[in-house]
Amino acid sequence: MRKLLFFLPLAAFLILAVVFYLQIGKDAQYMPSALVGKKVPDFTLVSLQDDFVYMHDDLPNTPYLINFWGTWCPACHIEHPFLIELANAGVPIIGIDYKDEKALAEQWLEQKGNPYQVILMDEMGSFGVDMGVTGAPETFVVDGSGMIVYRHQGVINAENWPEIKGYMK
Amino acid sequence: MFPEIGQFSLILSLFFALSLALVPLIGYWKSNKLLLEAARPLTFIMSALVLLSFVILSLSFLSDDFSVLYVAQNSNSQLPIWYKFSALWGGHEGSLLLWVLILSGWCSAVALKIKTLPEAVGPVVLSVLGVVSVGFLSFLLFTSSPFARLLPDVPLDGGDLNPLLQDFGLIVHPPVLYMGYVGFSVAFAFAVSALITGNLNASWARWARPWTAASWAFLTLGITLGSWWAYYELGWGGWWFWDPVENASFMPWLAGTALLHSLAVTEKRGVFKSWTVLLAIFTFSLSLLGAFLVRSGVLTSVHSFAADPTRGIFILILLLVLVGGSLLLYAIRAVEVRSTVSFGVTGREAWLLLNNILLTVLTFTVLLGTLYPLVFDALGLGKISVGAPYFNSVFTPIALLLMVFMAVGPLSKWHHTKFSVLFKVCSVAALGATLLAGLVAYFYEFGFIAGLSLAVAFWVVFLSFSDWFEKVSAGTKGIIPRARQLPRNYYGMLLAHLGMVVTLVGIVLVSVNSDESMLRLSPGDKVTIAGYEFRFDQMEQVKGPNYVSSKGQFTAYKAGKAVAVLHPEKRFFSTRQQVMTEAALDAGFTRDLYVSMGERLDDSAWSIRIYVKSFVRWIWLGGLMMMAGGLLAALDKRYRKRAGV
Repeated sequence: MRKLLFFLPLAAFLILAVVFYLQIGKDAQYMPSALVGKKVPDFTLVSLQDDFVYMHDDLPNTPYLINFWGTWCPACHIEHPFLIELANAGVPIIGIDYKDEKALAEQWLEQKGNPYQVILMDEMGSFGVDMGVTGAPETFVVDGSGMIVYRHQGVINAENWPEIKGYMK
Repeated sequence: MFPEIGQFSLILSLFFALSLALVPLIGYWKSNKLLLEAARPLTFIMSALVLLSFVILSLSFLSDDFSVLYVAQNSNSQLPIWYKFSALWGGHEGSLLLWVLILSGWCSAVALKIKTLPEAVGPVVLSVLGVVSVGFLSFLLFTSSPFARLLPDVPLDGGDLNPLLQDFGLIVHPPVLYMGYVGFSVAFAFAVSALITGNLNASWARWARPWTAASWAFLTLGITLGSWWAYYELGWGGWWFWDPVENASFMPWLAGTALLHSLAVTEKRGVFKSWTVLLAIFTFSLSLLGAFLVRSGVLTSVHSFAADPTRGIFILILLLVLVGGSLLLYAIRAVEVRSTVSFGVTGREAWLLLNNILLTVLTFTVLLGTLYPLVFDALGLGKISVGAPYFNSVFTPIALLLMVFMAVGPLSKWHHTKFSVLFKVCSVAALGATLLAGLVAYFYEFGFIAGLSLAVAFWVVFLSFSDWFEKVSAGTKGIIPRARQLPRNYYGMLLAHLGMVVTLVGIVLVSVNSDESMLRLSPGDKVTIAGYEFRFDQMEQVKGPNYVSSKGQFTAYKAGKAVAVLHPEKRFFSTRQQVMTEAALDAGFTRDLYVSMGERLDDSAWSIRIYVKSFVRWIWLGGLMMMAGGLLAALDKRYRKRAGV
């Protein structure tokens, strides 16, 4: 009996190793937000295009997406063309230029096109903190009543878009 | 040409690591002195080869050799030179090379100090370190070589280093943290070699102590730096976020703290022998686990490197071999160990046992919180995330309890302490601490938890000084000569314990006595925050070398007297059409004042963020004290004696 006791740490470790094995390669990006079911937090941000100050009340009252991006983020390059497709299909997207520099962002939009209705500059990342963003790209679905209904971490593409679209009511 | 030499040198070092893992062990079993003595030169050659490839990769970075894929991904010709160098550990491959370099550094340090160990022990320890090196070198070579080339299409410029990483804090944070992580492999090697040779007596604990203390000191500094960086770079006044990667560095720290204390008991009294061995394995395993979590992509975090399933599988195999192997060895060997020494419930052993139990519980608390989402998901129960509320509510009471006992341990004597003596000192201290904390809490209107924490802090300070005073006042020699006679080890302990108190005070006060406001202010406005009156004196336009700045001036008054003038700025760089915000921070011993300008709201009004954070510096000051304590303990003269002398 005493002998078996000394195998306990090994057994615990092996169980943990199995759990790890099962998790490898899974999509760790999918993580529901604590903000789901709540209103978009208050903010005061300046738009990139016209330096106009936007507040919470300026948000659309139809379903829309809030997309966090930055020119420093490699995955955002990959996501960008798909966002343009969405914009062409009439999906309203509010862009949050997250921890970025204005000049770089303007250059990026000039080169790649602009899928966003409005782009708000979050240079210090304060709005990102309020929204619980862990990185870019990250997208929130907001419904017609201003509630956050879904959060998607990582790139939006043709594969995961149908699921995200399902939340846009 | 050079990158190929770097790659080749890594391959060669893998071969030397393999020989280091095998040759001394064979020497041990065959009792062949020649094979045993090969351990030292093999270690040095392996380390020199790793150093060579590190130098070559640094040169590739410094010379903007974008034909190297890793350089092209992580650097840019426009980067300042120090960021070009630190970009080396800005990605997965290079940081792993840094890890291997530090590992070989620790191996060489053990090889240099091998004379302090018995003839048969040193080579076996190096051999175990050789096994660990084989693991990490092959991980580096087979899944993540930093020397892969982009030929023949060499990019003109690199993809640049993530702007968040372009910061002084991130130049020093990873190397220091890795020094700590990897350092625990030395304690691990001592434990495993004790299992292999069957010499599970008190001596291995004595050899492992300075190494453990040194790695613990580095890990403490690394965590402190990380927390400080998060505070000033993110600028939101937070200093700890219970992020999985923070937890990954915190768990080995907790386990390592337990190990430090357990080693002391094993060395001095020969008890907890098999437990201490297990703890050494456990601490090192948690360091490996940290590497696994960060590099396999199973958890999301701001720190994660790009997820790659093959890397995940490789580290998992590495974990299985190193952790599984050592735990199997433990299961077979540790059974034979039985303690013959007993101790009383008021002996120092008992207090340290309590320390170990509480620290282990804390480690498992963090481990559970970090892995719970993983286990939950693996069982198909869906996704959840465990946040700060869980950690704060579970962690805080146990940590406070730990600190209550932390002060009693040093007061008590080995084996048995007279209960009446202990009771007398403790009741006086408890009374004094409660009174003082009660007064402070009453005058500053603190809540219960804050008052309680302060009482614990006073309690530790009282008891630590009374213990020191009792030690120096006994006998006839006079206080100062006796104080100088006390070993460094003791002062290290005292410093580290007081460091804990300083950190605790910082944590308590910053959480109960801080104020954060976002306001709309125009020049001439006044606002009072946390007892400080901030006056928005004026706005002016200032011309800098390559920018025009809207510079605000704020004067902070405390009780009518000006204490600080702060100049937050909004800089407009006309050539790059870019606005940068420069926050103003007045750091102080008892509080930080922080003013940052947001957007201009109309002709005169601005949105302004003002923070008053009391005692926030103390959190890191305590960390520095703990680190100094750890180093002092590691440098104790006792450890430098040669074996058998």
